[in-house]
Amino acid sequence: MTISIDNQNSNNNSLQPKGWLRYLSFSLDHKVIGIQYLVCGFLFYLIGGTLASAIRIELASPMSDFMPRDVYNQVLTLHGTIMIFLWIVPVVNGAFGNYLIPFYVGARDMAFPRLNAVAFWLIPPSGLMLVASYFVEGAAQAGWTAYPPLSITTPQSGQIIWIMSVLLLGGSSIFGGINFIATIIKLRRPGLKLMQLPMYCWAMLGTSLLVVLSTPVLAGTLILLSFDIVAHTGFFNPVLGGNVVVYQHLFWFYSHPAVYIMVLPAFGLVSEILPVHSRKPLFGYTTMVFSIMGIVVLGLVVWAHHMFTSGTPPWMRLFFTIATAFIAVPTGIKFFNWVATLWGGKISLNSAMLFSCGFIINFVFGGITGVALAQVPFDIHVHDTYFVVAHFHYIVYGGTVFIIFSSIYHWFPKVTGKLMSEKLGIIHFAITFIGFNLCFAPQHWLGLNGMPRRVAEYDPQFQFVNQISSFGALLMAVSTIPFLINIFLSIKNGKDSGDNPWNALTPEWLTSSPPPVENWEGEAPLVKEPYGYGKSISIEN
Amino acid sequence: MTSLDSSKEIKKNDSNLSENHEDFRMFGLITFLIADGMTFAGFFAAYLTYKAVNPLPDGAIYELELPIPTLNTILLLVSSATFHKAGKALLKNKNSDAQKWLIGTALLGITFLICQLFEYFNLPFGLTDNLFASTFYALTGFHGLHVTLGTLMILIISWQTRSNGGRITNKNMFPLEAVELYWHFVDGIWVILFIILYLL
Amino acid sequence: MLNKNFYLILIISAVFGISFWIGFNVNLLPSEASINAPIYDELFRILFIIGLIIFIGMTIAVIYSLFKFRKRKDEFGDGIALEGNLSLEIVWTIIPSIIVLIIGLYSYNIYDRMGGMKELNHSHEMMASNTEKIWAGISPASNNEVGSNNLSVEVSAMQFAFLFNYPKGEFISGELHVPVDHKVSMKMESKDVIHAFWVPEFRIKQDIIPGQPTVLNFTPTKVGKYPIICAELCGPYHGGMRASIIVEEESDYNDWFNKNTKTEVSL
Ligand code: HEA
Ligand code: HEA
Ligand code: CUA
Ligand SMILES: [Cu+2]
Repeated sequence: MTISIDNQNSNNNSLQPKGWLRYLSFSLDHKVIGIQYLVCGFLFYLIGGTLASAIRIELASPMSDFMPRDVYNQVLTLHGTIMIFLWIVPVVNGAFGNYLIPFYVGARDMAFPRLNAVAFWLIPPSGLMLVASYFVEGAAQAGWTAYPPLSITTPQSGQIIWIMSVLLLGGSSIFGGINFIATIIKLRRPGLKLMQLPMYCWAMLGTSLLVVLSTPVLAGTLILLSFDIVAHTGFFNPVLGGNVVVYQHLFWFYSHPAVYIMVLPAFGLVSEILPVHSRKPLFGYTTMVFSIMGIVVLGLVVWAHHMFTSGTPPWMRLFFTIATAFIAVPTGIKFFNWVATLWGGKISLNSAMLFSCGFIINFVFGGITGVALAQVPFDIHVHDTYFVVAHFHYIVYGGTVFIIFSSIYHWFPKVTGKLMSEKLGIIHFAITFIGFNLCFAPQHWLGLNGMPRRVAEYDPQFQFVNQISSFGALLMAVSTIPFLINIFLSIKNGKDSGDNPWNALTPEWLTSSPPPVENWEGEAPLVKEPYGYGKSISIEN
Repeated sequence: MTSLDSSKEIKKNDSNLSENHEDFRMFGLITFLIADGMTFAGFFAAYLTYKAVNPLPDGAIYELELPIPTLNTILLLVSSATFHKAGKALLKNKNSDAQKWLIGTALLGITFLICQLFEYFNLPFGLTDNLFASTFYALTGFHGLHVTLGTLMILIISWQTRSNGGRITNKNMFPLEAVELYWHFVDGIWVILFIILYLL
Repeated sequence: MLNKNFYLILIISAVFGISFWIGFNVNLLPSEASINAPIYDELFRILFIIGLIIFIGMTIAVIYSLFKFRKRKDEFGDGIALEGNLSLEIVWTIIPSIIVLIIGLYSYNIYDRMGGMKELNHSHEMMASNTEKIWAGISPASNNEVGSNNLSVEVSAMQFAFLFNYPKGEFISGELHVPVDHKVSMKMESKDVIHAFWVPEFRIKQDIIPGQPTVLNFTPTKVGKYPIICAELCGPYHGGMRASIIVEEESDYNDWFNKNTKTEVSL
């Protein structure tokens, strides 16, 4: 095939841009694509965070005074959509997955490099389209869940753009998932067994299974929704005999697994970071693997816990309560194993570790409120209130975003060959942790006491607590500054890190930092014990 | 698209003898088809739920005749067989035979599409008439899109199977096998669709 | 060794003590004004205490190990090469399973006491026709004899208001007046998009779904005025979609009712 000929050249092609310019090119190198995902995701995080700040400014006073009410709805819709589809999902899956998985399986690239690049390059245009819709005729304003009939009846151009953009992002995510599954199952270095893979591979395998099984359902649902808007069919339009609850079932069939798509890779990353900095093997490797698969299976059958007030029959509520609550078991296994990994180690409490331990504490909190939400009678009172908002920010921000920061501190030397400043890192952590808890802990109380979510105005009695929350959000915004300074300073004149500053045993550290284009000078090393701390290990070739 | 991407790694592996992987392009395709199947599963689930909870309002028409879809089922099943024949012929290095079988398969696909359109124009209901009508068109339309794509791909590979200068030979069977798998998949979906939409 | 166990037991009892203390003394909920509310608050308290125990326990474990096992300046090398412990794994699989199972069964029991497990579809008096499917909300199981005491109200929700139709008096009101300690039975319908009927003090919430009449029953227990909040995003003025429920003594309620029946409409 002709294609294979130009593929062969692509790696040392003199026409490919060198230096930082290659990050703007259609590169096929998994390391370049990983960084592309990360930077692109971070830019969208800044946009999404700016929108969040706008939300918190509006909510600092009970009146709807900072922006008109429909603009508020657009802002919160964009905030949710951007944070989920353009920041968390692409970064924990795309960025770290692309960078690390080929190293972990001992390959020189992903299974389908071209598909990989296509998957990435779908993201910037669809993201920009989404943001741009705000300036054209008004963005979507039905929330990130886009429940019909509201999404059918609100201004339609914005909603259609939203659907298009989420479809493209879903496609990108499916292509990525296919690629990860093929890479992990088929591209492993000979001699490397599945049960010898670093935990992040297992997490990505589980995540990709969820992506492949559930994202297409979202695509189908959104296609039907767009038919309702454009062709005036009645799938979800009660006026035409449609059924709005069917949309909710289909939507959550994707979007509940999606929360594990957002968090399982983070579980994988933290399993890489903790053993390195506490100089101990990952505790309970086998149970960790089984618990990931348990979460995958359970995660597919609990979606209706988002619909306890939507008129589902009682037996269904009961089933979904029990199934949902049981996710606490495999998740709990992971958390206990992480604490056991810390136990008896020689822990260096650096920025990466601080964020990882912050993750454990925040996630346990968010998980416990999740188990409470899973109880039907409990959920009926707090559904669609700030209690839910607090629950999921504890998990997505306190969990996943903390791990993203942790991973950036951990793998920065790998990517650049430079060390990041610990002082700035600790300042970043302190402000983030305090700001985060100030922002979201009070929201539990708000929800329990009667403040619904997605409102621009509220009872004056909630003002004080909302102001605490807004102040916390301000701290979170400020905390981005030391982080950005740290990144830029360290890239420019950070201390040289050497190839393996943490003395880590996972395969990506067994090559030079930054790695060569071909990942390894010679053959990929065979790492049978990626967590063999405390033993004397020889790495065969 | 799967067939385009894989070659880089293989080439690299050639220079690195310890890394001889089996061909994983088929594996990628299967994963993709599972994903695609889930889209259909979503549609089917929606249709079945509608059937269970949303009765047809009075006066709404949703009647399906069996002859054309039955003919279509037979067409697709036969086309699966002819495609299989094409693969067999190519294996024996009989490129022109393979090409003929492929063109036959494509013709069956085109006939299927024509019958489908014919059915569309003769149905007593339109896209927006009622819930079931909409779901019917969405499901068969989405499937028809798959058949259209498949037919186009079959035409392309039948051109590439030509005896002199064609890229697909029995040393490079992958494109043919990939399209074949896809085609069987589309057939399988049709059978499920036929049972759920027409027979239930 | 004995010393170590002693400290462990001390810490565990402290965690339990603190959690129970907070659970019983910190009130995070608004006042209780329906027979659902105390049942709900009982569940809340239990979940709160269990949650606190787990959260405080985990936090202490993490922070303790960060201090205790911190690498000192002069220390090099690795920690112990401990790769797992099967009996520990079994313990922390089984204990959460039991907790989760107990919580699940207990909340089932709570839900049953609230009346949520009862199918409302068949016996409801307001069921209009056979084709119309009525979806069930909550109906307190106690007080459920279909007496003439029951007050029936038809609720219609629209962007951005609730309207309450008193079928027996044939008038429409923008406020929901109900007599205290009487079971109220509402049939709710939406004219446009999804809304939700939420009264925080009653601990009840039910989506009002267009195309699906929904039933919601409750029994208020405390005289007062409480907000009715729309809890489902329904458009720009979703935040302003409020109404009030006024729970009054039966005589006051009757006065109000009779006044309105005479004047036909009060908005
Ligand atoms: C990454 C994202 C993420 C993750 C991982 C989770 C995890 C969980 N979520 Fe959450 N959730 C969201 C994101 C997430 N959620 C979002 C975005 C929404 C709102 C969507 C919207 O409406 O916009 C939501 C909403 C939501 C609801 C619906 C609320 C409502 O709208 O009324 C429910 C209800 O059951 C729920 C439950 C759970 C549970 C049980 C878990 C469990 O997986 C948690 C398990 C973890 C633990 C329990 C902690 C660790 C365990 C131990 C230490 C063991 C011991 C513990 C016990 C025995 C309890 N979530
Ligand atoms: C998935 C990830 C995610 C993340 C990371 C966040 C992060 C934040 N979120 Fe949110 N949020 C959601 C997902 C997420 N969110 C979802 C899914 C919803 C539901 C939407 C819906 O209802 O449909 C939601 C809804 C939501 C609400 C409820 C709105 C409502 O219901 O009315 C609120 C209110 O406080 C909120 C706040 C915040 C805040 C303060 C942050 C902060 O943590 C953000 C901190 C970051 C920054 C502040 C960025 C720093 C940068 C700058 C300040 C600008 C600098 C600019 C340049 C240099 C160019 N979010
Ligand atoms: Cu009605 Cu919100
Ligand atoms: Cu969920």
